[in-house]
Amino acid sequence: MTPTAEPPATGPSAFLPRSFRVAAVHRETAETRTLELQPVDGRPAPAFVPGQFTMVYVFGVGEVPMSITGDPARDDRLVHTVRVVGAVSRAIAGLRRGAEIGIRGPFGRGWPLTEALGRDLIIVAGGVGLAPLRPVIYHVRAHRAAFGRVSVLYGARTPDELLYRRELARWRRDGAIDLQVTVDRASAGWTGLVGVPTLRLRQLTIDPARTLALTCGPEVMMRYAVRELEHCGLDAAQVHLSMERNMQCAVGLCGHCQFGPDFLCRSGPVLRADRVLPRLAIREL
Amino acid sequence: MPAQFVLSRAAFVELLAALRAQGYRLMGPTVRDGAIVYDELSGVDDLPIGWTDEQDGGTYRLTRRDDAALFGYTVGPHSWKQVFHPPAVKLWRAVRDERGLRLEAEPLPAAKTALIGARACDLHAIAIQDTTFLHGPVVDRRYEAARRDTFVVAIQCGQAARTCFCASMGTGPRASAGFDLALTEVLDERGHRFVGEAGTPAGEAVLARLPHRPAAPEDLEAAAQRHDAALAQMGRRLDAGGVRELLQENLDHPRWDEVASRCLACGNCTMVCPTCFCTATSDRGDLAGREAERWQTWDSCFTMDFSYVHGGSVRRSTKSRYRQWLTHKLSTWFDQFGRSGCVGCGRCITWCPVGIDLTEEVRAIRETPSRPGPAAEPSHGHP
Ligand SMILES: Cc1cc2nc3c(=O)[nH]c(=O)nc-3n(C[C@H](O)[C@H](O)[C@H](O)COP(=O)(O)OP(=O)(O)OC[C@H]3O[C@@H](n4cnc5c(N)ncnc54)[C@H](O)[C@@H]3O)c2cc1C
Ligand code: SF4
Repeated sequence: MTPTAEPPATGPSAFLPRSFRVAAVHRETAETRTLELQPVDGRPAPAFVPGQFTMVYVFGVGEVPMSITGDPARDDRLVHTVRVVGAVSRAIAGLRRGAEIGIRGPFGRGWPLTEALGRDLIIVAGGVGLAPLRPVIYHVRAHRAAFGRVSVLYGARTPDELLYRRELARWRRDGAIDLQVTVDRASAGWTGLVGVPTLRLRQLTIDPARTLALTCGPEVMMRYAVRELEHCGLDAAQVHLSMERNMQCAVGLCGHCQFGPDFLCRSGPVLRADRVLPRLAIREL
Repeated sequence: MPAQFVLSRAAFVELLAALRAQGYRLMGPTVRDGAIVYDELSGVDDLPIGWTDEQDGGTYRLTRRDDAALFGYTVGPHSWKQVFHPPAVKLWRAVRDERGLRLEAEPLPAAKTALIGARACDLHAIAIQDTTFLHGPVVDRRYEAARRDTFVVAIQCGQAARTCFCASMGTGPRASAGFDLALTEVLDERGHRFVGEAGTPAGEAVLARLPHRPAAPEDLEAAAQRHDAALAQMGRRLDAGGVRELLQENLDHPRWDEVASRCLACGNCTMVCPTCFCTATSDRGDLAGREAERWQTWDSCFTMDFSYVHGGSVRRSTKSRYRQWLTHKLSTWFDQFGRSGCVGCGRCITWCPVGIDLTEEVRAIRETPSRPGPAAEPSHGHP
């Protein structure tokens, strides 16, 4: 039931993208788009573990890592949410329905969903950091009875920058999970929470012994989340976070994603916080 | 020890011919642009006959020997990664036309390669790159194909450079594994010859077809003198004991700032290092936008781009980049690959334009650890 497939052992094809066609593009915010991709060869999209990523190649522009953000139970499409920050992300976001792109992967180690079985979950996401956590939410909602209390704290800078708004509204309505959406700066018409998501942690009812926390967002936010969770009685070993570094080969051979002893594309991007915190304290590691 | 044999210089020439006849391309040392590099050899005359090298921090110079030795020098700016993990490799080609996007993988290399004159440190470096590319969770099929059919003629060093410290790293100067044939070049009143041993059945098979004789005690004695000379000339020392922990415990040591004030972040050390493996991938397209190619090229952790993520590089200071290189080589390499990434060849010392010497850097950190580190231990394998 829990998707636990290890990253595939990859051969020469590790470097060769597979062609996908853009089946749909959704405008999330001014600078983010969600793309649904289908393999051109008509075969199923690759199975993945929530938290894994692919390398997305735009013909003639370049290739970048992107988290998989779709439902792990569906194999008819691969879903990515991209925020425009530079040449490649702009090219991805500008793709139209029918366009072809290359995909390698999935790669890396995802969220510890087996370990999460039967436990309470706290999910803290900031900005586009919700993208790699959305598959966890799909999975938990599909197997709701297999988990305890589930709280999702999601923050964006402004209401205009919230991802997946319709879906979030639906999830809030049906109450299967406790979802709290907050913005740093409210704008006219915003009636929801204001403030960074980590501030909400102390308001949650937490049973530390049976809780596992997952967080993804800016590094400062994740560090702060770990500290707050520790304050709530969790050990850093019960917190998992997803790290971002330059990644080019995605199979641990190009060296770019090194973070101390780890090749983050391989032993990450999801890592246990107690393993990374000491390193995060060292500047420019 | 397996039976030792003696090959005359003439028989060595026959060895090269025999390997060529078996379809091997010969790769070995040759003089180019004032340095001894590794390139394809057409025969014995391409070797740096009668040349030797003088090396020290930041300097390399070729000078004439007073004999006609074929291998009377140590290692130059090239290493065998040039052959197995070349500086630029095309991975695939993409064509976009009416029919859509087609991606074609580049065919794998099929060459049979004989390495002529690999040194003990080189053989350890090859074994280290094998671990990186062949024995991890993901196999690099291109490297595997390039490595598959390799015949190794090792040369046992008869001299060492001022920058050599293989004895400290336990990788030399004498090669004990990783070769098909290992030869010690001897020039004395008994003639110009090679005292050697076979390391594999393939080596024995080639040897069987060459004129050779069993080594006499005098031959073995002459070869042993060469080995002792190399050991005695070893110009540098690195106290490798506990260096893995030492560096991890001193990531904030002031010495990193001090070395950063000298380091130019040119990346030469990473290019000449026989175990550095990092690469960048880049796309090259044609102007019409119909074809694109993906290339993999050597990269260096000394560049700003190396750690770039949106918003800026993770390692902006030279300090952090030098620290990344040295701690990776001598410390986190253990975590990743179960051993040190340094073979003590000294190339990074010689080819650093400002002569930065990692053995000095380690010594400086060891002498004034910022936190109590492990006490210095005698290095391994040094007399
Ligand atoms: C595991 C992982 C998952 C990611 N998931 C997402 C996601 O779901 N959605 C999203 O919008 N972004 C994601 N990113 C970040 C995304 O990869 C970068 O924003 C993107 O590479 C920027 O490329 P660019 O050319 O648009 O920008 P530029 O800033 O111009 O980058 C230039 C080049 O630098 C490299 N580069 C820049 N930033 C990164 C980076 N963070 N990681 C690796 N290489 C980089 C790329 O080669 C890029 O082409 C993820 C990054 C990682 C490591
Ligand atoms: S240590 Fe020397 S060779 Fe290496 S980057 Fe610095 S200046 Fe260049």
